[in-house]
Amino acid sequence: MNAEKRQYLEKKAKEIRKLVIKAIGDAGKGHIGGCLSIADVIAVLYFKELKIDPQNPKMEGRDRVVMSKGHAGPTLYAALALAGYFDQECLKTLNQPRTDLPSHCDMTKTKGIDMTAGSLGQGISCAVGIAQAAKMAGGKEYIYAILGDGESQEGSVWEASMAASHFKLDNLIVFLDYNKLQIDGTVDEVLSLIDPVAKWNAFGFKTISVDGHDVAAIGDAIAWAKEQKDGKPTMIVLNTVKGKGVSFIEAEGPSNHSMSLNAEQVAAALKEIDGEEK
Amino acid sequence: MAKDLTAVLCENLHEVMKENEKVAIVGADLIKTNGLAPLIKQFPERIVNVGIAEQNMAGVAAGMASYGMIPVINSFAAFATRRICDQIAVSICYANSNVKIIGTDPGITAELNGGTHMTFEDIGVLRSIPNIMILEPSDAEELKQMVPAIFEIEGPVYIRMYRKATPDVHNSDYKFQLGKADVLKTGKDVSIISSGIMVSEAVKAAEELSQKGIEAEVINIHTIKPLDAEAIIKSAQKTGAIVTAENHNILGGLRGAVAEVITENYPVKIYPVGVKDIKGEVGTMPYLRERFGLTSAEIVKAAEKAVKEK
Repeated sequence: MNAEKRQYLEKKAKEIRKLVIKAIGDAGKGHIGGCLSIADVIAVLYFKELKIDPQNPKMEGRDRVVMSKGHAGPTLYAALALAGYFDQECLKTLNQPRTDLPSHCDMTKTKGIDMTAGSLGQGISCAVGIAQAAKMAGGKEYIYAILGDGESQEGSVWEASMAASHFKLDNLIVFLDYNKLQIDGTVDEVLSLIDPVAKWNAFGFKTISVDGHDVAAIGDAIAWAKEQKDGKPTMIVLNTVKGKGVSFIEAEGPSNHSMSLNAEQVAAALKEIDGEEK
Repeated sequence: MAKDLTAVLCENLHEVMKENEKVAIVGADLIKTNGLAPLIKQFPERIVNVGIAEQNMAGVAAGMASYGMIPVINSFAAFATRRICDQIAVSICYANSNVKIIGTDPGITAELNGGTHMTFEDIGVLRSIPNIMILEPSDAEELKQMVPAIFEIEGPVYIRMYRKATPDVHNSDYKFQLGKADVLKTGKDVSIISSGIMVSEAVKAAEELSQKGIEAEVINIHTIKPLDAEAIIKSAQKTGAIVTAENHNILGGLRGAVAEVITENYPVKIYPVGVKDIKGEVGTMPYLRERFGLTSAEIVKAAEKAVKEK
């Protein structure tokens, strides 16, 4: 990735973070930690990788994204707004009565959302189903899924992973948001994944571990996944920081999973993200 | 000799799949048990077996549906409903996924698989989830017409069905209508409202009652949700007493659904025949019918009581 592209994607990631902070600030509270940890991969997907058309959200043959950790809806909404699916003003309606932007992704409500998710462990199964259907139809698109590390404690994640490799879904690229925190503590304290790379390798994926906040590394990992026509699905383990980009949110640790943000905190967060930009 | 219902299911799914290439079978290691082995040969490219992983079966189907396919997931009723209740609620019903669910061996028809496999709660649980249609065929003719009908509508459908042959309740003149109660016999003294394997028992009971001078109205509810409230209210107004008969817990199932309609619109007494909130157990059909009171004799008893207490 050249320096210009890298700067462009880093800028997009910051814009996403700022929109997420503003939307959750307007709503009063939200799943801020896990929204910020995946801003970089979402920037890479929506502003580099995806074959999509914001003017034609249901375009046939489009790449699809399944937010299996469905509570990170606000990050997707920010990216969708930036990409032109809907006006950025809509982000102010997050979680408001009758909104099209509910906390968890809802394909029946939001333009550009490819799958409903919220009950953890289900989205990845749906992504496997989409990838399988695409294979059956001879489609060339890629299916991307974003999986939580805590979410991976759900047994169905492993049912889906077994199926993905058994069905030879090399059109499926899964990202693990390995921020190592969940509501009741660290993932290692609550129920350790021990070694996610080894686990997904054992489940028949080709697996790579990268810095989840390095847009170039994420882009390279996706390119690596696509290069190999080996019949294997891909797992890209993103080493991330929950709440990344705003120090006082990062400092909250596990309790940043869901937290409230007042106007002063929003201003401070935006300033810090902007400050980094200079 | 009537055909096994699984054979009827298979033949009619074959017809549907021949016409509509979007329809696919998604199973969890019971595709053959459910009598669908011929489809594996006929449409190998449209069979997805996820192994013994029902949660994933439901999620994969929802994903396929979002891509435009119409997956038919199938397993024993226990695993096609209660085991994957959250997937049905979120990935299928909430997401409005066009997935059809076939659950076989409901209630006592699990027979020798015993209590662990007996679903006395599948209707009750699924009925309270918005956006799903719940169907139960009473015989081969009804299932034959039911199968193509579920592909005429977009959205989640659950069919709970016995696998084996059942006595014929209908002949080939029958016109199945989704969502419409099927009045098999008119009567003025008591309404017998039944579903699935209890419909033929209800018909038998009505004949016996007729000999005793009681004219029962026999209504087959093949569409448990949405329930044909109008037909039930109309019959209650005519007869003034209701017996429900179902292969399910009397809590939450057909009796519950009928009671909800009746209490709100035309209160009359309802006498339930069904599983009386007790656990399932192993056995063959004759034993289990007696054990759980799912017989025409129980319906006769309930109807006589209903008429007497009017």
